[in-house]
This record gives sequence, C-alpha cells and structure tokens, in this order.
Amino acid sequence: MVYGRDDATLWTLLTPPTVWALHFLFAYVAAAMACGETPFALGPVRVAIGVATAFALGLIALAWRQAYRHWGRGADRPPHDAPTDEDRQRFLGFATLLLCGLSAVAVVFSALPAVFLSDCR
Amino acid sequence: MLTGRPVHAAAAGRPGRVAVARRAAAGALALTLAACSGPQSALDPAGDAAEAIAGLFWVLLAGAAVIWALVIGAAVFALRFKTRPISERAGLRLVLWGGAVVPTLILSVLLVYGLRLMPLLRDPAAELRVEVVGEQFWWRVTYRPEGGPAVVSANEVRVPVGARVEFSLDAADVIHSFWIPALGGKVDMIPGRSNRLALRATRTGTFRGVCAEFCGPAHTRMAFPVVVMEPEAFRAWLAEQAREASPAGNETFLANGCGGCHAVRGTPATGTIGPDLTHLASRLSLGADLLPNDAASRARFVAEVDTLKPGARMPGFGMLPPAEAAAIADYLGSLE
Ligand code: HEC
Ligand SMILES: [Cu+2]
Repeated sequence: MVYGRDDATLWTLLTPPTVWALHFLFAYVAAAMACGETPFALGPVRVAIGVATAFALGLIALAWRQAYRHWGRGADRPPHDAPTDEDRQRFLGFATLLLCGLSAVAVVFSALPAVFLSDCR
Repeated sequence: MLTGRPVHAAAAGRPGRVAVARRAAAGALALTLAACSGPQSALDPAGDAAEAIAGLFWVLLAGAAVIWALVIGAAVFALRFKTRPISERAGLRLVLWGGAVVPTLILSVLLVYGLRLMPLLRDPAAELRVEVVGEQFWWRVTYRPEGGPAVVSANEVRVPVGARVEFSLDAADVIHSFWIPALGGKVDMIPGRSNRLALRATRTGTFRGVCAEFCGPAHTRMAFPVVVMEPEAFRAWLAEQAREASPAGNETFLANGCGGCHAVRGTPATGTIGPDLTHLASRLSLGADLLPNDAASRARFVAEVDTLKPGARMPGFGMLPPAEAAAIADYLGSLE
C-alpha cells in the first residue's frame, strides 16, 4: 500500500500521476468503446466518467494529506536540499504535494469534455 | 500614419532610419491585415461556426498579448528597476501564484470556453444534407434535399444562405480533411467512418474550401469553390443540376472510354470512378479548383491531367488526334 506510510518513497511520489494516467485511460477507452457501438449516445459514459473523476480526486486528496505530513506540515521552506534523512523526506513530500496539484488539475481537465459533449459526433 | 516627428535625415532629402522602419512596419501591418480577408480566410467569417472560431482567435490573441506584456514587463522591471532582491518568502509566493495558480485558472477558463463551442459545431438540426467524399484528388458531392431526389455533383459545394446544412464526410482512399475556413472548422474525412459537420452560412458569396490533410502528390491541388446562394436561387440551381444531359455530340467521348470512369446522366456514360460530368460546364472551376472552367482549360486538363495532377486516377489523353480532342472539348463545353 502506498497509503498510511510513515516515510515518503518513490512509490508515494508516483501515486498521484498514476491515478491521473488511469483516469485518463478509463475516460478515453470508455468513450471510444461507447462510440464504436452506438455512434450517437454517450449518456452512461458521462455518468461513469463523473464517478471515476470523483474517485480519482478522492485518491489524490488522500495522497495530498499523506504528502503534507511527510513534508512536515510546512515546518521548513523549500528547497530541502541538505544531505540528511529529514530533508530527503521533506523533499519527497513537497514534490508529491506539487504532483498532487498537477494531477488533480489534469484529472479535471480530461473529464471536462464529458460535461459538454453529449454524443459522439 | 507615416507623418510623425520630422526626422533629421529627411531634411537631407533621404528618409531617416526611423521613417523607413515606420514605413516598413505600416506596410507589414497592411499586408497582414489584407491577408485576413478574402475567400479562404477564417478571419473573414461568412458562417456562424467561423464567427465563433474567429471570436475565439481574437480573444486568445488579446489574452496572449496581455500576458506577454505582463511577463516581459515583469522581466524588464526586475532587470532594470528593482535593485534590491525580494525576500525568499515573497519569491516563493510569486512562483506559486504567477507560475501555477493563475495559469491554471486562465487555462481552465479557455478550456471551458472552447469546449462550450463544440456542440454548436455539430448541431444536428439540419435543413439540408450534403454528402461529400474525399478522393485522390477531388470531391464527390451528393445533395440530399428533403423530399426530393438525390443530386450528384463534384468539385463544388453550394448551400443556401441562412440554412443549417449537415455535411456527412467520408473518404474513399486515404485520409482527407474538409475545410471551408470562411464557414467553419475543419473535419477529417476518414476511410470507413462518417464524420459530421453542421454549417450555417450567414452571407452570400463565393468562398473556397480545401483539403487540409496531406493525401498524396496532388494534395495541394484538391480544393473546391463554395457558393452561398439565396434560397430561391439555390432551389433553382439544384433543380437544374438534377436535370439529365442530352447525348448529342458524345460519340468521341464514349469511343475513348471516358464513360467508363465518368457519368453523364441521361447518356450511356455511367462510370463512377471519376467526377460526375453531367453539368461540368456550369461549375466555377475545373479539376478541383485548379483551373478556370473555360474551353482552353478543359482541353488542357484532358490532355495533361497526368502532369497537372500527379497521382490522379485519370490518364492524360495528350495522344488523341487534334480533331478528336477538339470534339471532346466541345462536348464537355456543352454540358451546361
Ligand atoms: C481511369 C478513369 C478515367 C478515365 C478513363 C477518364 N477520366 Fe476524367 N477523371 C478521372 C478522375 C479520377 C478525375 C478526377 C481527377 C482529379 O481531379 O484528381 C477526372 C477528372 C476529369 C475532369 C475534371 C472534372 C471536374 O470536376 O473538374 C474532366 C473534365 C475529365 N476528367 C474528362 C475526361 C475525359 C474527356 C475523358 C476521356 C477522354 C476522361 N476524363 C477519362 C477519371 C477518368
Ligand atoms: Cu485530400
């Protein structure tokens, strides 16, 4: 599990972008399959993308909470570049925080077309 | 615009450097603006989709200009006027807001603005359906008016002004792309799939559409005139296009096998490999908007198509004896 860890690792760092990638794949594949079958109906896919988006944002929020803890809750300012265990933790935590922000925005952006497009044309 | 402060060199009879630069700038601006109008410009819209796209372009341009001025202004300020460094805290905050939060907000607004326009471009409530098939290197066009017979034409698109027209877009061989910049956005034509595009022209006139996806050696010679007509005139034109041609004078045309590839409705010529020629002489241009549609060009096209349009599926007929070539050209000219 990458959640509930005491220490930040590469895996916790990679969690938010992985969630983004999976969400993107799901939205893309689901829409492509729906359009392949009945050219003009996207209704159920839009709902599914909505649910997937809420789920993905939830996961990213959890990753954010953990990363905030690993960062030391803002006790120290970046760049956290001293060769110590503590700074390595804070550096990873802070980088994960930034990736959480990027991934959340990316998830919302890739879900937005489903809000506006109601069919496959 | 060119009369500014007097320049020293101008007194000596030569335009100064500033004046020359100003003149060049004014000339460049005039050229740029002139390039914005014309029959094939997305910035001189004649349809509601094109208006939305042009609006989007101007909004983006203005926004980009403001952002450019702010960023360059900040850089100049930092380099020239701000001599003492700001605190580390303030620096981090500047990066957070200027580098992440504000750009994200701007991109979100633009994305929503652009996405909101998309359903409009696909509006299915159409009054006329037109099927267009892209082929190397010409356009097969079929009008399907409600309650009337289908009318086959080629290499020209006509629509009534004010009506929403739904184009069904296909490709016969490779990927092409259907783009009438003055009327709307472009949509790819993909073999094995029908794409749709709804357009509504808002003023009459003659415009130009192009193939906007590289499709082979004569790709750049694959265009078409677009005529937006008054609804009455359009109906009359369509009725005229539905009429069959008279077979008079078609002996040489048939004897040379032209009818194997071309249809002239009402005659034994029923080929479907090339464009329908029933009303060839009534079209505005020849060979997918390559040549003017006059007698000399028609004769030249038949004789030299292999060099005029490399890769086209019609062989050149330059070897025909002059009398036969003339008879064919006359016949083509009679297909009003
Ligand atoms: C092998 C099939 C074939 C034969 C035979 C053929 N054509 Fe064509 N023709 C085509 C194709 C394909 C095009 C479209 C070429 C292009 O623009 O890319 C064409 C285009 C044309 C055009 C231009 C049509 C337009 O809409 O502007 C004319 C005119 C024409 N052919 C006349 C003739 C005549 C006359 C003959 C007989 C001497 C002939 N063709 C024989 C296939 C053929
Ligand atoms: Cu093409």
